Amino acid sequence: MTRRILLLAGALALGVVAFSGDRFWLQFLGKAMIGCILAMSLDLLVGFTGLVSLAHSAFFGLAAYALAGVTNRLGLVNPLLTFPVCLLAAAAAALIIGWLSLRATGVYFIMVTLAFTQMLFYLFNDSPALGGSDGLYVAERPVDSRAAAYVAIWAALVLAYLLLARILRAPYGRALEGIRVNEQRMRSLGYPTRRYKLVAFVIAGTLAGVAGYLDATLYGFVNPAQLGWRQSGLILVTVLLGGKGTLYGPALGALLLAFIEHYGERVTEHWNALIAALVIAVVLFLPRGLAGLVQGGRRA
Amino acid sequence: MSLSLFALQLINGVEYGLLLFLVASGLTLVFGVLGVLNFAHGSFYMLGAYLAWWLSERTGNLLLAILVGLPAMALIGLLVERLAIARLYLRDHLSQVLLTYGLVLLFNELQRALWGNDVHGVATPKSLAFTIPLGEAQTWPAWRAFTALCCIAVAVGMQQLILKTRFGMRVRAGASNAEMVEALGIDVRRVFSVVFSAGTALAGLAGMLAAPLTTVYPGMGESVLILSFVVVVIGGIGSIKGAFLGAMLVGIADTFGKVLLPGFASAMVYAVMAAVLLWRPRGLLGPAFEGR
Repeated sequence: MTRRILLLAGALALGVVAFSGDRFWLQFLGKAMIGCILAMSLDLLVGFTGLVSLAHSAFFGLAAYALAGVTNRLGLVNPLLTFPVCLLAAAAAALIIGWLSLRATGVYFIMVTLAFTQMLFYLFNDSPALGGSDGLYVAERPVDSRAAAYVAIWAALVLAYLLLARILRAPYGRALEGIRVNEQRMRSLGYPTRRYKLVAFVIAGTLAGVAGYLDATLYGFVNPAQLGWRQSGLILVTVLLGGKGTLYGPALGALLLAFIEHYGERVTEHWNALIAALVIAVVLFLPRGLAGLVQGGRRA
Repeated sequence: MSLSLFALQLINGVEYGLLLFLVASGLTLVFGVLGVLNFAHGSFYMLGAYLAWWLSERTGNLLLAILVGLPAMALIGLLVERLAIARLYLRDHLSQVLLTYGLVLLFNELQRALWGNDVHGVATPKSLAFTIPLGEAQTWPAWRAFTALCCIAVAVGMQQLILKTRFGMRVRAGASNAEMVEALGIDVRRVFSVVFSAGTALAGLAGMLAAPLTTVYPGMGESVLILSFVVVVIGGIGSIKGAFLGAMLVGIADTFGKVLLPGFASAMVYAVMAAVLLWRPRGLLGPAFEGR
């Protein structure tokens, strides 16, 4: 109960910032909330379904590139048009990559998703027609004011949380957790586990696409580094840092990392060492991530 | 493509593959025996390259630098295993990924703090600064031949060590069932320490040998790390023979890709990996059942 009140308060606090009109905070918190959407959607796979995917950044980047593509090449600027198109691109990619990757399990699954991510990274990085290593500008953003972009991001974050929480409460979500705990048992109970996992992969990939679309909207720019494995690794670390399998934990992790990055940069040039120390300390002393602090003794 | 150019590219591909094998063998050994997916492996490669540069500036000779640097790398590996990795043997892969990712960040900062962000060239030792003529127009730098020979020597030595010695037997036994080995009264933890330390030294050696070829620069470990993951996964995680096959495949695919399909060379390596895994989901020589 207290957790719900805290989440509601946090969401409202983030919403209120939209009225401040402060350029820095809109950009900074907008970016941080995009990180929250990414981390929460990956948590659906890592924390609940037991699928460790390193392809999350690929769907993020693909949607962002799709926005640049439809805007610059086709001249589409209406978000009511571009948003579904970009999401469809991310979803289609997630369907194909997921269908192929889910043939492998365990560590091999991690590595196959990594391979697809890097394949796409080099595809964009090495071909001048797709912007090369410099990336692409979005000629005209779907919304022109930063405050409007911020509100869109905020709404997406709230909706993504509600959607994921709803999915996890539904029988389908329970089945996913069952698959994480013991896939063979679920299969012998008659659940089509591979199809269930594929659907989860597509849902998470599409949400990553939402984040990518919003990121390109906020910055008006996309580059291949956002698509590469480093980005995927960072999202995964965010999920683990925050506490996998809790949904709000990974979001918390994303906010915390954003703040450390920003304020750490002011304190010391070697702020990455701070993050390294934090990550190592969390693994050694807080196996359930930061959410473990909030949750106390429940749930293994 | 003419025959001599083809032969030259083949040599380049094999040589690149051998270097990849050196890095990947450590990675696959650590995964196979300890069950740890080590993202910091690339950092050890980078650390080796930086040590080679820094020590050869001090001693004036790269070979001497390698002789000093190699035990230093083994020691670093031992410390990392004792202080961090050893605490996670009973936890899942994800905790290990998180920990070693933290180590990657830590080593990157260490490198920036100690040696800065400049790119450094490393001179080959004078005794190996000549080139070997190949055919009519092509030449092969002696350092690259030396690198290839070192890699082959390590591969053969490792195979003999693992298949023929008592210690190698313990390593193999530890890889297939660590608990049982422990129950038989063998100190598995010590085997783990030695294997991790050896894996670190292998990555460091690869970095030291590559330093004159690629120069020494920040972030150099990362692309190597991802490529060695590709190699290990193609071969089957935990299999050293598989890593050798995978390294050859990746080395040759990359080299010929650069000549034949310049725009897609980097993507091609990953396409090869995806293809292999779709055909054999556990790699070429991976275990037939879901092990660890």
